[in-house]
Amino acid sequence: MTSPTEHLDPALRVEALASLLTERGLLDEATVETFIKTYEQSVGPMNGAKVVAKAWTDPEYRARLLADGTAAIAELGFKGPQGEHIVVLENTPAVHHVVVCTLCSCYPWPVLGLPPSWYKDPAYRSRIVREPRRVLSEFGLDLDDSVEIRVHDSSSEVRYMVLPERPAGTEGASEEELAALVTRDAMVGVAKVTVP
Amino acid sequence: MTSPASGSGPGGHADAAYLLDSAGPAAPPRDNGELVFAAPWESRAFGVALALHESGRMDWEDFRQSLIGEIAAWEAAHPSGEGWNYYECWLRSLERVVSGRGLINAGDLRARQAELAARPAGHDHDEAGSHGHEH
Repeated sequence: MTSPTEHLDPALRVEALASLLTERGLLDEATVETFIKTYEQSVGPMNGAKVVAKAWTDPEYRARLLADGTAAIAELGFKGPQGEHIVVLENTPAVHHVVVCTLCSCYPWPVLGLPPSWYKDPAYRSRIVREPRRVLSEFGLDLDDSVEIRVHDSSSEVRYMVLPERPAGTEGASEEELAALVTRDAMVGVAKVTVP
Repeated sequence: MTSPASGSGPGGHADAAYLLDSAGPAAPPRDNGELVFAAPWESRAFGVALALHESGRMDWEDFRQSLIGEIAAWEAAHPSGEGWNYYECWLRSLERVVSGRGLINAGDLRARQAELAARPAGHDHDEAGSHGHEH
């Protein structure tokens, strides 16, 4: 089964595959380019940040988001591949959620875009399960021992997104101002949202 | 990092400016200074997989299971984790699913790879450069 060509430059291997598929009418180059552009430029954590900011300012939306993440996220126009079953986990002063995909790299693309490299890294995927408090500390997030940490393993059935705690001192902020504070890392659960 | 929208405050700016705010915490396409793809071939491998899935020629769960297998095999063979490249596993999965489902014969794929490899130097249009190579 092992291909003898795996030592070849991956760029060459991709071109070999794509050129054959295209010649046989199995692949549309324009579609390929559209997907690349979409995930490089349009779909990213700013989508999730808008969801979080709305949940912070609109209690009814927050309730809908926690009850059915996919539907509430679609209300804001965010849907697509890897977003079919999004479950939103609410962080509280007592419980901190953090997300991983231990087997591969399942991630809620419509709200967070493509995962960062550390999320796909073997070390994060194994260690966050074994020693979450220590790994979070390495991310710069030192949680009090009284805080319960819950690690959630994403799969094809469920993609998780964390609803971080709204930081103190943002009572007068607009939804847009709040969205600008929300980071990707906070929505994966390896950081808190802070006011600069 | 360039910052096309630097100077604009957090509130009140238009949606387009918000999207372009590469200094912001949630700015695409790079986040915390990190590019979505480290090399052009990675984005191509990503786009090809999505396009094949969208046209119904590749079942995503087939691909995901293959990817899980490739990642597990790589990790078993590299306990130190050194040399890790996620999109290498992605590409191997893609090659396996495409040939496994009979979209492209594995022999045809190898022949095309050999053809491309035989091109004169300097013909590598992809500019994958130093970070595109395995070691």
